[in-house]
Amino acid sequence: MESIGVLMLIPMNTYLEQELQKRYNLFKLWTAPQKPQFIKEHANSIRAVVGNAGAGADAELIEALPRLEIVSSFSVGVDKIDLAKCREKGIRVTNTPDVLTEDVADLAIGLMLAVLRRLCESDRYVRSGKWKKGDYKLTTKFSGKTVGIIGLGRIGMAVAKRAEAFNCPICYYSRTEKSDTKYKYYPSVVELASNCQILVVACPLTEETQHIVNREVMNALGPKGVLINIGRGPHVDEPELVSALVEGRLGGAGLDVYEHEPEVPEELFGLENVVLLPHVGSGTVETRKVMADLVLGNLEAHFLNKPLLTPLV
Amino acid sequence: MTHGIIHGHLPQVLVVRPPESFSLYQSQCSHKFHFLKAWESPLPLDQFLSTHARNVQAMLSCGIFPIKADLLCHLPSLRLVVTPSSGLNHIDLSECRRRGVTVAYAGSVASCDVADLAVGLRIDVLRKISVADRYVKQGLWASKTSYPIPLGSKLKGKRIGIIGLGSIGQEVATRFEAFGCSISYNSRKQKPSFSYPFYSSVFELATNSDALVICCGLSDQTHHLINKEVLLALGKEGVIINVGRGAIIDEKEMVQCLVQGDIGGAGLDVFENEPNVPKELFALDNVVLSPHRAAFTHETLASMRELAIGNLEAFFLNKPLLSQVMNN
Repeated sequence: MESIGVLMLIPMNTYLEQELQKRYNLFKLWTAPQKPQFIKEHANSIRAVVGNAGAGADAELIEALPRLEIVSSFSVGVDKIDLAKCREKGIRVTNTPDVLTEDVADLAIGLMLAVLRRLCESDRYVRSGKWKKGDYKLTTKFSGKTVGIIGLGRIGMAVAKRAEAFNCPICYYSRTEKSDTKYKYYPSVVELASNCQILVVACPLTEETQHIVNREVMNALGPKGVLINIGRGPHVDEPELVSALVEGRLGGAGLDVYEHEPEVPEELFGLENVVLLPHVGSGTVETRKVMADLVLGNLEAHFLNKPLLTPLV
Repeated sequence: MTHGIIHGHLPQVLVVRPPESFSLYQSQCSHKFHFLKAWESPLPLDQFLSTHARNVQAMLSCGIFPIKADLLCHLPSLRLVVTPSSGLNHIDLSECRRRGVTVAYAGSVASCDVADLAVGLRIDVLRKISVADRYVKQGLWASKTSYPIPLGSKLKGKRIGIIGLGSIGQEVATRFEAFGCSISYNSRKQKPSFSYPFYSSVFELATNSDALVICCGLSDQTHHLINKEVLLALGKEGVIINVGRGAIIDEKEMVQCLVQGDIGGAGLDVFENEPNVPKELFALDNVVLSPHRAAFTHETLASMRELAIGNLEAFFLNKPLLSQVMNN
């Protein structure tokens, strides 16, 4: 197996890197001083690409790797992979569904509580010594607030199940209404936003869902509404989000993803109604190990001509 | 029917220190009661009381100022104490009982908010939300020289040990169950209507839990209930969440355990000597601190206010109180 070339695009997990190094001829793209050169040099031996939410096999990369057979993503979202091109060329694609569903849903609820109850701000308040001078202000109750979910897939359902335990009524938007659920359906995101207090983005990123949360949606969500983004940065029109928050047209936001990670609009840094996380939705020791094993398992299955564990293409 | 009606026919209600948002009590009750505001007087408290409060039958507590024998002895006509809090440790209940003074409180009105904060603190500690928010807002994520943030730990499958399965403890249990956590508890008495495993000793509960969530009240029995032994049983990966009262934990021991890594982390809304917080905690990334705000949302304060006013109204109309503290 050691002669099989695997191209890893960016650092993502030490254990995964070490295992890939052991089992394959691992090429680490981020260590190359000249990336196009590096790719050209090793193109003939690279049969697999390992990417994640931050970097995937786009059309350019696929064209540059004539021997590419499989793209294995260390993520569930595959918006950075040119799936059509992979299909065209018969390149397999795998991702890591299910194993990170709970962690992402847990974080969504964590963000809701952090924003509404000002957990991070009040922690800052205590650490700075301000509590000795006066009480922190009143915050907003989370229990019982209506939660609107964009995308009722695995992650959306897991968020709904958790929010229900807080007596939150649930409503949702998705491409088509789901017949097997009791949650209230709205046929447009604007209507959903008008009828909930907390709006959660939990759908995949595609051409259709780019900027699915735009100015109109944010205005509908309103000065008492809170946006939680655990999907992808491009789901939300980021400059519009910044002005909505700065101007008070939107009540608050809890974000785990951004349009140009790791860059985050600095105007958000000083806002006490905003909680910012560095894309850690699946960031637990346990889940990252399971995700890594899934990537390794998929690659192994492919090179042994066995059925893939979690194929997308 | 006379219930201390002196001031222009409005019944008097003594207020020694104002509760949060007292101006809203005033605006809602201007036609219902006359508030006797002790803190506005230049007289020392006992003098004020003996001069002005001899006929007062009802008092509105701020939720913190102690209502004990040394105060009650100046109020010979007192029949009712209304506290807008759910916590009762600031009131000497047996002294009130002895004097025939009824106490009304906020019951379970704040339970959801307190439970929400307990869960929020737990998720924050486990997933490092406050740490990460600090990291991003300091510009460290985009900085080429910064270290990556350490990974958090998965919540599902963790064992939650609840101390006190009253209204708050039950709300906490329901919430954690939805995250796939298992629940056990310790309480003064086992509650047969709940199927969660019961541990009669806090030490046993700690040994079998990944997190301890304190949801009980402060009493002589629960003072320093969480001592060094219990903390060590909770262990290096264990997390303590306190939304009860600071003195339920031996704070000095807890700080030492955290500093030495004998326990995994803490989410604390209450402390032994508020608003003082041991400064050793400020250097720790596995601790999330909250300034005693578990029940303090706009919605719950409004509910507490309505309930307190409702209790006062019921009293003056000779009707049953809405949320009387029952002797237990």
